[in-house]
Amino acid sequence: MPDRTSGRTAARASDAALAAVTADLSAALGGERVITDRARRRTYECDGLAAYRVVPGLVVLARDAADVVTTVRACATHGVPFVARGSGTGLSGGALPHSEGVLVVMSQMRALREIDVRAQRAVVDPGVINLQLTAATTPDGHYFAPDPSSQSVCSIGGNVAENSGGAHCLKYGFTTNHVTGLDLVTPAGEQVEIGGKAPDPPGYDLLGALVGSEGTLGVVTAVTVRLTRLPQEVRTLLAAFRTIDDAGAATSAIIAAGVIPAAIEMMDALSVEAAEEAVHCGYPAGAGAVLVVELDGHAADVAGEFDDVVRLCEDNGAFEVRVAADDTERALVWKGRKSAFAAVGRISPDYIVQDGVIPRTALPQVLRRITELGDAAGVRVANVFHAGDGNLHPLVLFDGSQAGAVERAEGVAGGILDLCLEHGGSITGEHGVGADKAKHMPRMFTAEDLGVMQAVRCAFDPDNLSNPGKIFPTPRLCGERPGRKQGEHPLSEAGVAEVF
Amino acid sequence: MARPAQEPDPDRIADRLREADTAGEVREAGPGDVVDGVATAVVARPATVHGVAAVLREAASQGLATVARGGGSALDWAAPPERADLLLDMTGLDRLVEHEAGDLVVVAEAGLPVAALLEATGTAGQELVADLPPRRLSGGSTVGGALATGVSGPRRLQRGALRDLVLGATVVLADGTVASSGGKVVKNVAGYDLAKLVTGSYGTLGVVVRAAFRLHPVRPARRWVVAAGPPADAAARARDVVTSQLAPAAVEIDRPAGSREVTVAVLLEGQETAVVRRAAQVASLTGGDVRTGPPAWWGALPDDGGSGAAPAPNAGRAAGAAGPAVLAKATATLTGVGELLAAAREAEDTHGAGVAVRGTAAGVLYVAIGEHPAGAARDEGPSAPGELGRRDDGPSGSATGSERPRAAAGLDPAVVAAVVRVLRAAAPSPRDGTVTVLRAPRDVREAVDVWGPVGGLDLMQAIKRRLDPGRNLAPGRFVGGI
Repeated sequence: MPDRTSGRTAARASDAALAAVTADLSAALGGERVITDRARRRTYECDGLAAYRVVPGLVVLARDAADVVTTVRACATHGVPFVARGSGTGLSGGALPHSEGVLVVMSQMRALREIDVRAQRAVVDPGVINLQLTAATTPDGHYFAPDPSSQSVCSIGGNVAENSGGAHCLKYGFTTNHVTGLDLVTPAGEQVEIGGKAPDPPGYDLLGALVGSEGTLGVVTAVTVRLTRLPQEVRTLLAAFRTIDDAGAATSAIIAAGVIPAAIEMMDALSVEAAEEAVHCGYPAGAGAVLVVELDGHAADVAGEFDDVVRLCEDNGAFEVRVAADDTERALVWKGRKSAFAAVGRISPDYIVQDGVIPRTALPQVLRRITELGDAAGVRVANVFHAGDGNLHPLVLFDGSQAGAVERAEGVAGGILDLCLEHGGSITGEHGVGADKAKHMPRMFTAEDLGVMQAVRCAFDPDNLSNPGKIFPTPRLCGERPGRKQGEHPLSEAGVAEVF
Repeated sequence: MARPAQEPDPDRIADRLREADTAGEVREAGPGDVVDGVATAVVARPATVHGVAAVLREAASQGLATVARGGGSALDWAAPPERADLLLDMTGLDRLVEHEAGDLVVVAEAGLPVAALLEATGTAGQELVADLPPRRLSGGSTVGGALATGVSGPRRLQRGALRDLVLGATVVLADGTVASSGGKVVKNVAGYDLAKLVTGSYGTLGVVVRAAFRLHPVRPARRWVVAAGPPADAAARARDVVTSQLAPAAVEIDRPAGSREVTVAVLLEGQETAVVRRAAQVASLTGGDVRTGPPAWWGALPDDGGSGAAPAPNAGRAAGAAGPAVLAKATATLTGVGELLAAAREAEDTHGAGVAVRGTAAGVLYVAIGEHPAGAARDEGPSAPGELGRRDDGPSGSATGSERPRAAAGLDPAVVAAVVRVLRAAAPSPRDGTVTVLRAPRDVREAVDVWGPVGGLDLMQAIKRRLDPGRNLAPGRFVGGI
């Protein structure tokens, strides 16, 4: 426990601790791996959410698990926080560095250690790029199912931290459903092997706790994942509707018919317009909403269900249904959807990508409310979402050079999360809580809920060194042992931290 | 085996329960309120979450050990608790909270029988693909019990295990704290996924009071393809189907005790015409027969028997006349299932035990260890290849409720220990396969390393200390004496 000190001496103490870690790591790992130069450190100041920027106190480029152990142990010894970073594509500031801490860059650990297609497993380094694994296993008829939009650049370690999904998670699940083993460096610097190639390791489901824990429970140095058999057939259609309500009704009808599509994606008129301008994807003119529906599986099943889907779209008001005849046409259909975020950048100087979830049946109602929210604030909102599972990605457009625009946009983005919670949904479906949404957690969870999550964190990280400041709005002091009263901590006394 | 500082005070528990929950009841434990041989003193049956919290808070303040009970169909799974002063009967919390069919999500209280949940969701053409063993399902297994034991069945191959289907859970900790995680939407990454952490935790971290699950549409058509052959061939065929593009819903393996043959049964689900086509392709891949109904043993644990339809000569294929006393869970890689089957035979030949193995080719199999089925069946197996499958036609599951003799007189603990060692040796390392003993008589438990190596045990113990520092919940029931 730190001494009771003033802020100034605390800052000096953390400077000294960081200096000690820097000295230890420079000696142990060599100058090339340990970046102290401020200009170079600054290149790591943000992840995919550039609104948050912090220059890390020190950057370590890890080559292997031993480097991670060395780094984490040095941090543990000196009480210095650390943050692991993969490709830095996260959208919630989950890899936001700590100014007095160490950023452990995992992107150089990029070996496909073992691909065992016969057992449908691969063991990979955390820095391996998601699509790299799929590319390596496709020749053998397999792939890695989680496919976030950033899959050509995001790392599997990052997927584990964020429990990444993707357009196809409706049918195939999230990263947590595809991880069977993890090598973990605990925040104390101990190496622990959890699970492996076989399913269901004995004991508590630590994999379930670790996947999606956003780097707050330690650093993963190897990941064992399932490989999924490529489907025999994939068929994709684009259906254009006059209104969002019609597209929503078609989605409901498809689900109600018992079909589980690989993906159902929806875009509203504004996002269609943006995508059209940006990538000329040729979406039908005059559409108030489009659906991209993809079915995959055995050819016999896909053929039967695809006809049903086409009919259900037409029954619910689709004025045009376009079926991709081949891979090229399929790519064009997806191009519009996948480019939507970037495309919006062309019609608006600035935008916020929101990520919220609602029960799918609330879709039409919530979308109307989002429109009202935007209209009331004079803010345009483009909607792109995974309609099959109710995961909304409203893009709140604004011009940051105008007075008050940022605040108005943030107000709308926050209001959308309130709508999600009102309807029993979630404040994040796939981007994570990170630094960005920690403040919203108390709107979704009670103090007791968060207290129990924090208790689990304390079991892994009693000194709160592993990616502190993420997920939880208020740091929790773990104490030496549960159930034993500690003297009051200075942070607690100052009202900065709560003791649960 | 620590005892509480004082005897339980049921009146105070009753008072606290009454204040929180007028429908709750407290009574003295009776002869049926035993947890795997451990007698309890008091039974509390709350009807609300607040009632559960009030009871647990009071129990902890009295220093009592509490074990939660749902349907009681698996109370003898995992280790017996060191002590169990209070039995928390969860069947009073049996409401189906919410089933929004359009969202394919159900929210239920922990005491709701899974069978009731399936009935309710079935009216909307939906199901929770938990595939509980039929005997547990008919024995009243609850939502909370299914979660606590982390059960899974045939269709985990395609839909995942229960931990993959649970979207959120509310638990009550030993100190009465009520905490939720996850939610009731399919996609959600806010906060830690504690619903997975409590799944399979045998009530040692908290008492689940409510949970939300993802549902799936009931598919209109089903076919099974059944083939039998020598173990190595059967394992290879099972693997061929799993890695094919035929989208099997389940690929099950059944090795009866004493048998030289292994049966592979593949389930295909979907629309009628498509399923018929895929079934024909699976049949040609495996050399099996296409059927419209499941084999009698489908989904049952290997010591639950098949069904009344299974003829007497096959008694050894499931629960033998003596009744296997030991149930274990073995995991393997897709390529390691063959080695596990070979190890079962090796264990039989070397140690004279009967080792029945049944489960998914995806690598989660249940093992019944009992006496070797006596007599001629040993060398011939349950059926000659030309006869495969015929005996299993017809209705299934009719014997699910029957109680079979459990404790096998004369089952030598040293033999069980030796069998478990042979099965564990089938996997090159614990990363490739594990064997844990789920149910066994006490003398066997004392002779066997029931859990085997557990990766991350220190972290598990740390979690237990954080969530249940007084060890009030099912002490001793889980790995490493947790």
